[in-house]
Amino acid sequence: MAITVNRKKLNFWERLYLPAVVGGLKVTGRHLFRTLFGGKAVTMEYPEQKWTVPTGYRGAPYLVKDQDGDTKCVSCQLCEFVCPPKAIRITPPGTSGLKPDRDNAEKMPLEFEINMLRCIYCGFCQEVCPEEAIFLKQDWSHVGTNRAELIYNKEKLLSLGGAAPGIQKWKHKLEEARAQENFPVKV
Amino acid sequence: MSTAATTETKPAAPAIEKIKVKIDGREIEVPRLTADWSGKLTPTTMIQACELAKTDVPHYCYHPKLPVVGNCRMCLVEYGMPALGPDRKPVMNADGTPKIAKMPRPAIACATPLSPGMEIYTKTPAVKQMREGVLESLLINHPLDCPICDQAGECKLQEYSVDYGQSASRFVEAKVHKPKAVDLGPRIMLDAERCILCTRCIRFTRDIAKDDALGIINRGSYNTISTYPGMPFDNNYTLNTVDVCPVGALTSKDFRFQMRAWFLKETKSVCTSCATGCSILIGSREEKIYRYTPRDNDAVNASWMCDAGRLNYKWISREDRLKDVLVRGQKSTWPAALNELSDKLKKAPAGSVAIIASARQTNEELWLISKLKAKLGAISDSIPRVGEADKLLVSADKNPNTNGARLTGICFTEMGINLQKIADGIEQGKIKVLIVFGENIAKHGVSNDRLRERETISEVVDEHGLTPALLAKLETLVVSDIHANETTRLAHYVLPGCAHAEKRGTFTSGKGRVQKFMKAVEAPGDARAEWEFLHDLVHNVTGQNGFVTIEGLFNQMAREVPAFSGLTWAALGDTGVTVQI
Repeated sequence: MAITVNRKKLNFWERLYLPAVVGGLKVTGRHLFRTLFGGKAVTMEYPEQKWTVPTGYRGAPYLVKDQDGDTKCVSCQLCEFVCPPKAIRITPPGTSGLKPDRDNAEKMPLEFEINMLRCIYCGFCQEVCPEEAIFLKQDWSHVGTNRAELIYNKEKLLSLGGAAPGIQKWKHKLEEARAQENFPVKV
Repeated sequence: MSTAATTETKPAAPAIEKIKVKIDGREIEVPRLTADWSGKLTPTTMIQACELAKTDVPHYCYHPKLPVVGNCRMCLVEYGMPALGPDRKPVMNADGTPKIAKMPRPAIACATPLSPGMEIYTKTPAVKQMREGVLESLLINHPLDCPICDQAGECKLQEYSVDYGQSASRFVEAKVHKPKAVDLGPRIMLDAERCILCTRCIRFTRDIAKDDALGIINRGSYNTISTYPGMPFDNNYTLNTVDVCPVGALTSKDFRFQMRAWFLKETKSVCTSCATGCSILIGSREEKIYRYTPRDNDAVNASWMCDAGRLNYKWISREDRLKDVLVRGQKSTWPAALNELSDKLKKAPAGSVAIIASARQTNEELWLISKLKAKLGAISDSIPRVGEADKLLVSADKNPNTNGARLTGICFTEMGINLQKIADGIEQGKIKVLIVFGENIAKHGVSNDRLRERETISEVVDEHGLTPALLAKLETLVVSDIHANETTRLAHYVLPGCAHAEKRGTFTSGKGRVQKFMKAVEAPGDARAEWEFLHDLVHNVTGQNGFVTIEGLFNQMAREVPAFSGLTWAALGDTGVTVQI
């Protein structure tokens, strides 16, 4: 059922709209005056100057490496599954596939693609990731001359993501397992 | 066929006495005896009664098709029995109902037989606590590597942890580490850390596959599943252990790290590697097939399938698939090619056409071909494929639909006896048009260099006189196939067909089980399901119209072919219907 919203009835001056126009021009004039005589610019020279985003801003998702420079992603494909616009596409390594750069993790994506044109910056991928391998970084501007350029591959995502030190659970497990190879087991 | 694999040959079950038990306060009647894994009637157990009552009892080691061992303790339930007085008579409550004496200790539901009047409690606080305790104990040394585990998504440990487990671990000590990525055999990988020692794999391979290859070695928390040193786990049924493994301990090398289970679309289908026709699920994603898994069908394959059949899917996505309609080597379109072909067939005098159909085609397709055959007065046959049978599931007949070809009248009881006649007919110039479906007839026998995945288990073993030189004598050679081969290269008309995973239809198994299968993936390029273009061709040549849906076509065939009378597509269900062959 349609809901009728009661709107405030405009008086004569408000219906003229002139006071509102004058009010807007006053703001413009104030900024012009400040820029010319006060030396305070209110606009930004965009490509040279960039807006610094507040902390917690959800920018583009990138892959990160751990403190040893190894890929954190183990290709569990949860982000691919949870991604609402289906922007993420992972190619699992397969049986004979790529050997992961971490000894114990067994698995690493053969290819990891994020289509930045589809991404809606919701942050679900970061939230779902059990390996803390993907983070929404501060980047908010993507420039490309065609669509294919804006599908970022694993290499690009890793180089953009940088390092994010973490608990390194696979390395920890491996160390624990190696320690147990000698008896008596030290705990 | 052992009794374990099928219930088809069993006589009608004798009337079994029913007993009344109460499950969570709800009274149900259950048979006193139930067939166990080997088909023998044994007293019904609590877990079977709970299943009948649709009450979930979590379990790891219990599997309805395997012997009961009762070692995982996950199915612990509380129960009570009618109390007996000193006079051995049931004690009654004031309201006349029997007084129930609750047992002081729980029992494992999988191995405790029922008795009349028993009450089972599956939702009491004590049962909840026991389940939590068992899960906690199972998870003590579990590596929790779900992100890299292939079983994730279909893992009972995950499911029960969510349903019955605790949210946090109390275990602070170092976990016991066991071998990972152990090569158990050519198709199986073991991760001993993930194993919960339910011994389902041991029981399967010992009692179903009759190859006592697996066992548990070491002591205490170092218990590990293992083969005998130097003896790989290699029989034709090893991959079933991956299916029965409730966790990710045993994984298939073929499927390892290929795709996460939750992405796979599961399509009900039928295995085409031999005449047994095991019910399967095709796991596919985005038009790519990743795996076959057996589907429960007590009349055919119980819950199992052979490794050879399971891994025989790669030919579907092979590079040399036929994708274009070719008329004398030139790319053409379906309407153009079919119209030209129909005109040619309509003009062909009786007896000048021969048809070699394939027993890998569906009942509907073979039936449409038989209509064409009747109209053209053609001689027809099919190519037999024979291999080795085993005692469990594998049939010697490697064609999935030999009986379909017989019942629709494409070939005689003995397949392949007309091939020489066709060869002679071509030689003498009597046969001018040859229509071939899905068979590479120019190939003689099998030579090793020509063996490809598809042929490795489905060998064309007969020798017949249809040489390439002889085929060149034909006025018109029409070939419909899936892959490019010698025969399609010689053909004047090449009609690209579909694999069973790309179309719908039915097969009649070696035992006369008519089973339907569904479409899992799209066919590549212009390839079209054979029944679709055969329908057009039959319409053009005979003038008879038919149904354009597979349901209608099947029902029409059931009305016209005596062997299938009374069947309908809908009535076939998921597991099929057995017909007299």
